[in-house]
Amino acid sequence: MDLLKIGTRSFESRLIIGTGKYGSFEETGHAIQESGAEIVTVAIRRTNLGQNASEANLLDFIDLDHTTLLPNTAGCYTSDEAIRTLRLARELLDGHDLVKLEVLGDPQTLFPNVSETLVAAEQLVKDGFQVMVYTSDDPIVAKQLEDLGCVAIMPLASLIGSGMGILNPWNLSIIIENLKVPVIVDAGVGTASDAVIAMELGCDAVLMNTAIAAAQDPIMMARAMKNAVQAGRDAFRAGRMPKNLYHASPSSPTSGMMPPSSKK
Amino acid sequence: MIAAHINGDIKQVEIGTTIFNLVTDLDIAHKKIALEINGEIIPRSHFKSRILQDGDQIEIVTAVGGG
Repeated sequence: MDLLKIGTRSFESRLIIGTGKYGSFEETGHAIQESGAEIVTVAIRRTNLGQNASEANLLDFIDLDHTTLLPNTAGCYTSDEAIRTLRLARELLDGHDLVKLEVLGDPQTLFPNVSETLVAAEQLVKDGFQVMVYTSDDPIVAKQLEDLGCVAIMPLASLIGSGMGILNPWNLSIIIENLKVPVIVDAGVGTASDAVIAMELGCDAVLMNTAIAAAQDPIMMARAMKNAVQAGRDAFRAGRMPKNLYHASPSSPTSGMMPPSSKK
Repeated sequence: MIAAHINGDIKQVEIGTTIFNLVTDLDIAHKKIALEINGEIIPRSHFKSRILQDGDQIEIVTAVGGG
């Protein structure tokens, strides 16, 4: 069995999806189901009070027996905010320790602030969290985060929510080559082919949200992404044929050809 | 009465109100929530013993959709 091992946990699916931007909680639930994802990210926010206190909660629409929640620190711009958010998440989810750390540097690009990310990662690992960390595609930073004890390194492929695809496959390849822990493309995937490329490069998994939630038909796109991640993984493991830049190679036998017909 | 700041709003509560009283009054006692007072996380097991003080800053959070 080709399992994805993250920290102390193992998963069959290599697609991780976010739960934001869907039209309804029902749609979120259907998309999770159709994607086959076993890990889904959630954000931590102030709870509704007053008249809205009885509103439905996202967690009521997720099969919590078969799904691992991955609380994130979306919207945090300092290590302190991120650490505080994940400590609350651990309390909220009864001691759950697998988390997604992201410390943002700029609201325009949502690029990570890597120095704050490193500070937060070190503290969270000390606190006993299993940290999956969103970062830039800088191979040095990726290695530093691994050395701090993060259980998965999650470089962006392009900007969060941009759908621009894999903009720097070379950097991703260097990161994949250098690290022992899973490398997961987080952010930038726009359509199925992007997910295939990420997996063919040797990524261990792909994390996406907007590519599914903002599709015209999110449920169908969830299925497409499931198949894409599987296809890319299979292609990676199968090992692609070498590229021949200048010479074609016929697929059919070159012997046994009939001679040219002689017209009279 | 004392004043407690709850998720940014000021609420007047009786002296001696516990966190359990507060979340019951807010109709969220049964909900999946985490709570901190003045930056300190209060485990659910302490909800009945912790009494609110005047000026307490209370944050109550839950999980929402996000990527």
